Amino acid sequence: MTVISSNTNAEQLTLDLVAEFDAAPEQVWDVWQNPRKLERWWGPPGYPATFTRHEFAVGGQSRYHMTGPEGEKHFGWWRIEALEDPRRLEFANGFAGDDGEPVPGLPPAGGIVELEAAGGGTRMLVRTQFVDVEQMERMLAMGMQEGMGMAVGQIDGLLREAVAA
Amino acid sequence: MVVDPLSSDAFSEVEADRVFHALADSTRRDILTRAIQCEQSVSALARHYEISLTAVQKHVMVLERAALVTKNRRGREQLVVANPDTLRRANTLLEAFEQLWIDRANRIAEILTEEGEAR
Repeated sequence: MTVISSNTNAEQLTLDLVAEFDAAPEQVWDVWQNPRKLERWWGPPGYPATFTRHEFAVGGQSRYHMTGPEGEKHFGWWRIEALEDPRRLEFANGFAGDDGEPVPGLPPAGGIVELEAAGGGTRMLVRTQFVDVEQMERMLAMGMQEGMGMAVGQIDGLLREAVAA
Repeated sequence: MVVDPLSSDAFSEVEADRVFHALADSTRRDILTRAIQCEQSVSALARHYEISLTAVQKHVMVLERAALVTKNRRGREQLVVANPDTLRRANTLLEAFEQLWIDRANRIAEILTEEGEAR
């Protein structure tokens, strides 16, 4: 089984996913590093991703879009914040406008990827981190669908509160 | 950044927009939390806030449009009742978002397996 666990935390505003692969950390690293590999898995089925720019170095920028079933394009960007080949990657992932460039004043979500050798394969942790509720709300107001997961996290929080009450 | 279009037992996009709009306001989240805890009238809810009854009514209307609450008439009062069905479906959405990352991990595994076989 590839995915070991996934966990959302409405208080910390995070989504964590842990997966294990039967491959060396260097190979797993390459699915993030190589844009041709990255675009094979980033977009959901029916929304293939195209990375038109992918500078895999600290401070490097990426530009990508996902093409929907009607041919509509959804633009996004990355900025590499930290990189420790092949163990750790930190990147900002934001929403871009129709020109493909970052929307000013819209803070990005954070992504942290950690790879470690485990049992002859690799264990990968991916954490998606939002800054605060206001950021989430702004993202939602902009119709950012990735923000959707966190909004639902809020609902999950409400449900837990309701159960605890 | 686009989550896989949700399966038919989850939200339609329009419904999802309404739910997210409704929840993107702290007062409305608070109203919803209170309604989950116990059904109560709009005027009872309004006592918790320093905004006008009309403003609270408007918030309740937004929650109602998102199907997060329904209003039941009891005598001269209208009781605001949380709609557990919608919350359950909202939870389905959370699972959909997790599913996005699970699917991504599985696609990565496929790529790695192909590479392993090719060597």
